[in-house]
Amino acid sequence: MNHAAIPRRAVLAGLGIGGLAAAAPAWAAGSVKLPLPGGPDTRDLTTAFPGKGSMILQRTQPPLLETPFEVFDQGVFTPNDQFYVRWHWASIPTEVDAKTFRLKVHGHVDRELSLSLDEIARLPRFEIAAVNQCSGNSRGLFEPRVPGAQWANGSMGNARWTGVRLKDVLDRAGVRTGAMQVRFSGLDEPVVNDAPDFKKSLALDHARGGEVMLAYAMNGEQLPLLNGFPLRLVVPGWYSTYWVKMLSDVEVLDKPDEQYWMKTAYRISDVPGANIKPGQTGFKTVPINRMVPRSFVTNLQDGAKVAAGAPVAVRGIAFGGDCGVRAVDISSDGGVTWSPAKLGADEGPYSFRRFEGDLPALAAGAHAIKVRCTNTNGLAQPMDRVWNGAGFMQNGVETVSLQVA
Amino acid sequence: MSMHRTAFLLAALALTPIPALAAPTSEPMHFTSQQVELPGSDRVFPDGPGAEVVNNNCLACHSAGMVLTQPRLSKAQWTETVNKMVHVYKAPVDQADVQAIVDYLAALKPQP
Repeated sequence: MNHAAIPRRAVLAGLGIGGLAAAAPAWAAGSVKLPLPGGPDTRDLTTAFPGKGSMILQRTQPPLLETPFEVFDQGVFTPNDQFYVRWHWASIPTEVDAKTFRLKVHGHVDRELSLSLDEIARLPRFEIAAVNQCSGNSRGLFEPRVPGAQWANGSMGNARWTGVRLKDVLDRAGVRTGAMQVRFSGLDEPVVNDAPDFKKSLALDHARGGEVMLAYAMNGEQLPLLNGFPLRLVVPGWYSTYWVKMLSDVEVLDKPDEQYWMKTAYRISDVPGANIKPGQTGFKTVPINRMVPRSFVTNLQDGAKVAAGAPVAVRGIAFGGDCGVRAVDISSDGGVTWSPAKLGADEGPYSFRRFEGDLPALAAGAHAIKVRCTNTNGLAQPMDRVWNGAGFMQNGVETVSLQVA
Repeated sequence: MSMHRTAFLLAALALTPIPALAAPTSEPMHFTSQQVELPGSDRVFPDGPGAEVVNNNCLACHSAGMVLTQPRLSKAQWTETVNKMVHVYKAPVDQADVQAIVDYLAALKPQP
């Protein structure tokens, strides 16, 4: 693990070479090729961001930092310093004072609240393991390609989140009869004044369901600023667009949220899996919501060479989306026959789960290895890739090609 | 190399504040204020007709990296994106500059 981001930069600056503006930025720490069809597929690796080790640089400002995929082979919990980062607006506070920070709770409530971090920390503690995945994870792998952040598979991560239930906070404020939704906003702001501030809403019953929480720690430590210090909304099983970072404002609404980030942005077609054909129109849209099952091989790269005549160990991670993992199946013949993988420790329904399997000895030649997760609701990954114009909700079965010789 | 690495890790240990740990259940979480510096980007859009207009209008809100790593997009797709920046995200772009920006972006060659 690389904890060196800040010191490395300080060292470079101290040597007087930190300010060089050459073609390769001073912080470039190598580069990586992502499997983006047709390119451009090269990205710098960066260690220049506070609290972050080596990350794939998708954009400097506002930061889009992708987790290098090999990190997912190291375990089911993604280290904080390599957890992906995604911000909408460039006005991100670079200083948060733990003493003066307040969470405001207002709107359709009996009592407005202004809670300090210490007050929040004295509420009953709640902890859950949950995958945080960008709505557009894997967008760069869509075919035909679509505009937007060109993520490969690394805009996701799994952490153990510690904090308090949103329900407990709402109960202290006293939700009034007639409340419908709860809206969340953080300390970040648009650069341009009248642009829409980033806000997301959940239905009241969901918000009060007992799993939605305000996290003040991830993997046992306070959140890195870029992952939302000091508080982040955690919505287990739902896409990360709802996991508002630097959460500072909770507003109970007595009518549906009609603002841009709910009504226009982050919408999906209401067909199963949000899967449509290029050019298709005339479908109804709904706000993106529950995640769907996915699985990834983590120990073999696409195009890897393996020896003929010996069993091949396959290892990876899976998650059920909005529920647990029932099974992961592996195919070494492109999806004709399947055999069940062995599942690792169960860290809860919303967590990554490890799987392992041994492929039989393979004959020389090219082999397509496929993995497929079925969740505990019985939903399995589709065999074909998902497509939609926004590049959301990819969960088609992943294929790794092996060259056996 | 390994000696550098060791020295480097020691430096890291010395300079990095001790992260606040989620305390055992009996003790409330202790928070440490954070102050960071976010890196900027001095990357500009490559020379070409309209590059100056793009540099002047686009870089105030976001750096160039994500734009330059888009797949090849049609003029219609770039028009949609630029219009979104202007009308939804309120980028203060002169209407006269919109076409020049779209033309520049549509002519971009995806980089390697």
